[in-house]
Amino acid sequence: MDLNWSETQAAMRRDLRRWIDRNLAEWRAEIGAELSGDTREGFAQQLLWECRLFEAGWSAVAWPEAYGGRDGTLWDWLIFEEEYWRSGAPQRVTQNGIQILAPSLFEHGTQTQKDLLLPRIAAAEDLWCQGWSEPNAGSDLAGVSSRARRVPGGWVLDGQKTWTTRGAFCTHLFGLFRSDPASERHRGLTYLLVPLDLDGITVRGFGRLDGDEGFAEVFFTEAFLPDDAVGTSVVLGEVDRGWSVAVSAASTERGLLRSPGRYQATVAGLLDLWAERGGDAALRRRIARAWMLVDAYRLQTLQTITTLLEGGDLGSEASLAKVWWSELDIELHEIALDLLGADAELEGPWSKGHQFSLAGPIYAGTNEVQRNIVAERVLGLPR
Amino acid sequence: MRFGLDDDREALRSTARDLMDELCPPAAVRAAWTREPDPAAWRALADAGALAVLVPESEGGLGLDETYLVGVVEEAGRAALPHPLTATALVAAPLGVAGATVTTDLGASSALVPAATFAEAFLLRSDDGLRLYEAEEVEIEPVETVDASRHCARVSPLAPGEPVTDDAAAVQAAFERGVLGTAAELLGLSHRMLELTVGYAAQRHQFGKPIGSFQAVKHHLANARIQIEFAGPAVLYAAYGLAQGLADSGRAVSQAKWLAQNAAAVTGRTALQCHGAIGYTTEHDLHLYLKRSWALARSWGPADFHADRVAASIGI
Repeated sequence: MDLNWSETQAAMRRDLRRWIDRNLAEWRAEIGAELSGDTREGFAQQLLWECRLFEAGWSAVAWPEAYGGRDGTLWDWLIFEEEYWRSGAPQRVTQNGIQILAPSLFEHGTQTQKDLLLPRIAAAEDLWCQGWSEPNAGSDLAGVSSRARRVPGGWVLDGQKTWTTRGAFCTHLFGLFRSDPASERHRGLTYLLVPLDLDGITVRGFGRLDGDEGFAEVFFTEAFLPDDAVGTSVVLGEVDRGWSVAVSAASTERGLLRSPGRYQATVAGLLDLWAERGGDAALRRRIARAWMLVDAYRLQTLQTITTLLEGGDLGSEASLAKVWWSELDIELHEIALDLLGADAELEGPWSKGHQFSLAGPIYAGTNEVQRNIVAERVLGLPR
Repeated sequence: MRFGLDDDREALRSTARDLMDELCPPAAVRAAWTREPDPAAWRALADAGALAVLVPESEGGLGLDETYLVGVVEEAGRAALPHPLTATALVAAPLGVAGATVTTDLGASSALVPAATFAEAFLLRSDDGLRLYEAEEVEIEPVETVDASRHCARVSPLAPGEPVTDDAAAVQAAFERGVLGTAAELLGLSHRMLELTVGYAAQRHQFGKPIGSFQAVKHHLANARIQIEFAGPAVLYAAYGLAQGLADSGRAVSQAKWLAQNAAAVTGRTALQCHGAIGYTTEHDLHLYLKRSWALARSWGPADFHADRVAASIGI
């Protein structure tokens, strides 16, 4: 038990804080009015921000330097996240590539795939969106029916993906396709890496609940995917064995997608709002309670990272955190709206954040699915 | 940076777990409802040094800190040990009161004292701080409480007793340690109630299937597991805060108690609901743990008391 940061870690935090504060101001001066990254114009603005992060080596701190990272540990990642969200910097439009595809590349990619693709992800040159959900495969991801047919020199893709976050603005999609037509459920699926500019692919963006064009559906009609369409093999892992590759990423997504730093920043905002507006004793207790839940998430993450660094793995336990942070995020925003009172209906960061928080229990596997996972794989209850 | 029990601390906790499994099974807790608790488990804890973890080595103790003891207390909570481990090992021992079964009124808002019918020494609040009384120096008026294995009584001094401390900071620190111990016990109780219920849900069949295969039951139990998951690190952090004398240790202790009582409340309700009617009996063991959790949830400060302390500490 030692909760002190090393001198090197403390120095990194100081450097990062200085760097973000200066660069955020410069970037904001450069772009004018800052728009949501889930709109086409805002996405373009935030790519400029991502380039700044990459050039200074901050885009993926825990990755090896050779791939554009800083050779950092998970502790460095945690520090980065705390400082990043504290600063009020925008959400990461490169998030799906860095946090969902990359962990699978590290685990299942060939050397060439890693050498070629990871630096491009870190540099925001390739912008990846995820192709898991389909109209008939949501919580039941094994129900994927988009097809990949093997032909000489590549694959022919048919089908439809949907709820593809920022799909209309991205350059590439990673996803699961049924490569063995005779297969059922989680067998016979292949994890493919797909450039979105192929002939036969149509991407249509549409509005989310919060009004931004953050969603897309992607149609594949006899789209030919050459074997080396991404400069190296488009298959991640083995043909027909894509499920295990996707599952490894799902655990990472649930476990580390939303760092405590995000909620520490949100609760800090609530304290400011309280100072500004005040409220009654009941509201004060709700804030204290929310503060405790956020801090409990921080402490549990310290424990999780310790376990991971000592050779443990994340696995099903990730589902515990996913339910926690997603429900907590809603409560934090509901408290903010209650502090704002009748002003809560004004469009603004809190109303926008509230709408976004409501997606939390749905994305990355619904909380109902997470509870099933907790019950069956953590508690060992019968299926 | 490292957050978690190391091998030495884990070993101490594991020793306590084995002792409790052997010497404080549900039957021992049940027996303690109608008579003085069997001293076997308490003696074994004393022999293992568990009562003197916080006593300096020069005085025959282990000379360790709260991060070593907190796991032991959690195990005692898990077993619903009827003896006053928190009062003796956490609250009294660092005040130089060692070598006895000590109880205290620091955790109650009235003069309600647990383990009062068999304690050897009483650490009670007085106008000038804390005083220690021997059993014959107090009047003991037993009361009926929901958890009879607690052996609560109203206690009033008959003699001046022996002054232990008149330092307000020392009294406050003793209170913090008591809150920590209670949080750890509640965490242990939550684990036990969840284990009992998971076991029952896997074995009890209705509609031709184990009830644990039904999603409604699964989700209840998953919710309890989630609350326990996030209370655990907070309890350990509170122990670390007290051990290190951190500036935020009071807040950490209140946070731990709040989260642990919440985990115990969610788990207790879930446990009762998922057991169905058998859980609503005194024949089944669940009530032994459930009633202990109700008692502890509101002693050493109820939920709102601790939420208000946290609120004040974060500047609202």
